[in-house]
Amino acid sequence: MRVSLFVTCLADQLWPSAAVGAVHVLRRVGCAVEFDERQTCCGQPAFNTGYRPAARVLARRAIEIFESSAADAIVSPSGSCTAMVHHYDQLFDDDAWQARARGVAERTHELSSFLVNRLGVEDVGASFSGRLTWHDACHGLRDLGIKHEPRRLLRHVKGAELIELPPPGAETCCGFGGTFSVKCPEISVAMLDEKVDAIERAGVDAVVSGDVSCLMQIAGRLSRRGSTVRAIHLADVLASTR
Amino acid sequence: MTFERDARTALADGQLRGALRQATTLFGERRRAALATAPDWEGARDRARAIKDETLEHLDRYLEQFTANAERAGARVHWARDAAEACDIIGGIAERRGARSVVKSKSMVSEEIHLNAALARRGIEPVETDLGEYIVQLAGETPSHIVVPAIHKTKAQIAALFADKLGIAPSDDVATLTAAARDALRRRFAEADLGISGVNFAVAETGTILILENEGNARLTTSLPRTHVALMGIEKVIPRFPDLDVFLQLLPRSGTGQVLTAYQSLITGTKHRPEDEGPEELHIVVLDNGRSRMLASRVTRQALACIRCGACLNACPVYRQIGGHAYGSVYPGPIGAVLSPQLFGLARSAALPYASSLCGACRDVCPVKIDIPALLLHLRAQVVERGAGTHRVLERLAFRTYAAVMTRPRLFGWVVGFARRLRIMPPLSAWTKWRDLRPLAPRSFREQWRAGLRDEGDPDA
Repeated sequence: MRVSLFVTCLADQLWPSAAVGAVHVLRRVGCAVEFDERQTCCGQPAFNTGYRPAARVLARRAIEIFESSAADAIVSPSGSCTAMVHHYDQLFDDDAWQARARGVAERTHELSSFLVNRLGVEDVGASFSGRLTWHDACHGLRDLGIKHEPRRLLRHVKGAELIELPPPGAETCCGFGGTFSVKCPEISVAMLDEKVDAIERAGVDAVVSGDVSCLMQIAGRLSRRGSTVRAIHLADVLASTR
Repeated sequence: MTFERDARTALADGQLRGALRQATTLFGERRRAALATAPDWEGARDRARAIKDETLEHLDRYLEQFTANAERAGARVHWARDAAEACDIIGGIAERRGARSVVKSKSMVSEEIHLNAALARRGIEPVETDLGEYIVQLAGETPSHIVVPAIHKTKAQIAALFADKLGIAPSDDVATLTAAARDALRRRFAEADLGISGVNFAVAETGTILILENEGNARLTTSLPRTHVALMGIEKVIPRFPDLDVFLQLLPRSGTGQVLTAYQSLITGTKHRPEDEGPEELHIVVLDNGRSRMLASRVTRQALACIRCGACLNACPVYRQIGGHAYGSVYPGPIGAVLSPQLFGLARSAALPYASSLCGACRDVCPVKIDIPALLLHLRAQVVERGAGTHRVLERLAFRTYAAVMTRPRLFGWVVGFARRLRIMPPLSAWTKWRDLRPLAPRSFREQWRAGLRDEGDPDA
């Protein structure tokens, strides 16, 4: 199976280990991985803030880039950016671009969903010692319906113990929300503190998630509060073999 | 700016946040438990939405049918274009009927048109008879939730309020407090000559209105006084009587986590014989107040499907932190953030579409499947397009720069490479005041790809 990596700008620049990890995991389960260096940002910050013309320009670009690939699937270490690609058709009025947007969206998968639902793999041969808890990123969970996939993958990681978050639970938003985190910072941090309190109450070594954006938010607060709990991307855990 | 200021005030209020956390969690749990008793929840949601969509598609026809059937049964139907017209109509009825004492059951539309203030200007002081509304009225406040008006208050605050306003001995016993309110309200019911209520559903084919409640106060309001005025938005109409079935499954479960409310009052016209019970006159005021504008597009129209259950408020992590008053609108929370700008003007509510992390919890719990995040995004695009709101100059510049950089991969590479070498971080004080900012990685993914990851080889290569 040939896979084109949709790296996302955040993973590329801020959390490259997640993208490198995704490449290793995909290769380990038998995929050939390609990466088109023309890709930048999917346009989500502009779309979510109301700047549709800017989002449209970036969407067209991303569609053209991924259409040019003959890969069987486009795979991303982000539920949020994958969901954005799945929303691309809303940006266009003309049928031709809507069809092209849907064509790319159909081929675009979030990493855990691709492994479990498309390849039927739950054990990627990873080992990682520690007590882990999972944070559901909202767009992966509610836009793409990804809930069991990462948990199944994590349960197959040797040495790892998966502990569900106490209330308000794994499914409650961490308060990032893109530009929301800087437009309404106090509310964002109030939401974040409930999440971080729950993570600390869970008594885990690390919180794992599938989106760099949530991880930046959670890690930023854990670090500020002097917590010893680490924030790790799912792909990092799945790539680990020691 | 008022939203930001009021949200900050709310976040600093420990009592408010404690009350909110407790109540919204409880309502969330009750809702989940009640859902389990519904035979086919997803099917019911789909059917309800289909009924609403069909109604909104032919709203003019269904409203005319409702009007004709309600009037045939003895009601008088009045059409109000806006808040001022509705207040005039109701004030006029009160004056013509010589009403001096007015009781009201819970109605968010009456809050929307500021009916109490309008009646007060005519020398009429309506008394709120829903316990939560009564508390809010005694405190001189406004509801902070569309189903639970006094959700922002703790028991201790209510005890102090009752001791002060009703002159009872201070008590934090719930039964004592509700008995005191009942005592005061019964006297008002007995002397009332006009009752004002809201409407949950209006059935076109029969001219019937349905009011759901738990305290019996709406039953008294609509049956004891000589005159009953029911106030409803144009979107409350549904086509057929059997359509009520699905909405009765959805609304109590979503709103209060009940399988059914304690009272369901179905009212069709007035009494026909003198010995019948009920008011002599029934006036139904049908209000537009900006709603017909929302019919124009498919995206905005769906907000008119809302049945005002309040589930999205309880589920919203933003509402759960700041409560309803910070939204500065009678309709707070996620549904308020999409209704308020459309009903009361984008310029006045430009901050509200941004008061959301777009987490989608509201969409998940909505009994009629309103895509609130999509509506918020639609309104954000309108805010930008029309230049409403503040801070737009810098933001526009930032997004123009962003688009210019992101469409040029070489420029993008150069910018991030430059920032990485010089360790330049964006000036994000709104982030760094509370959170550490993750620095750019020493080597980006694309650098590692070029430096050898690409050639480490694929499994079958």
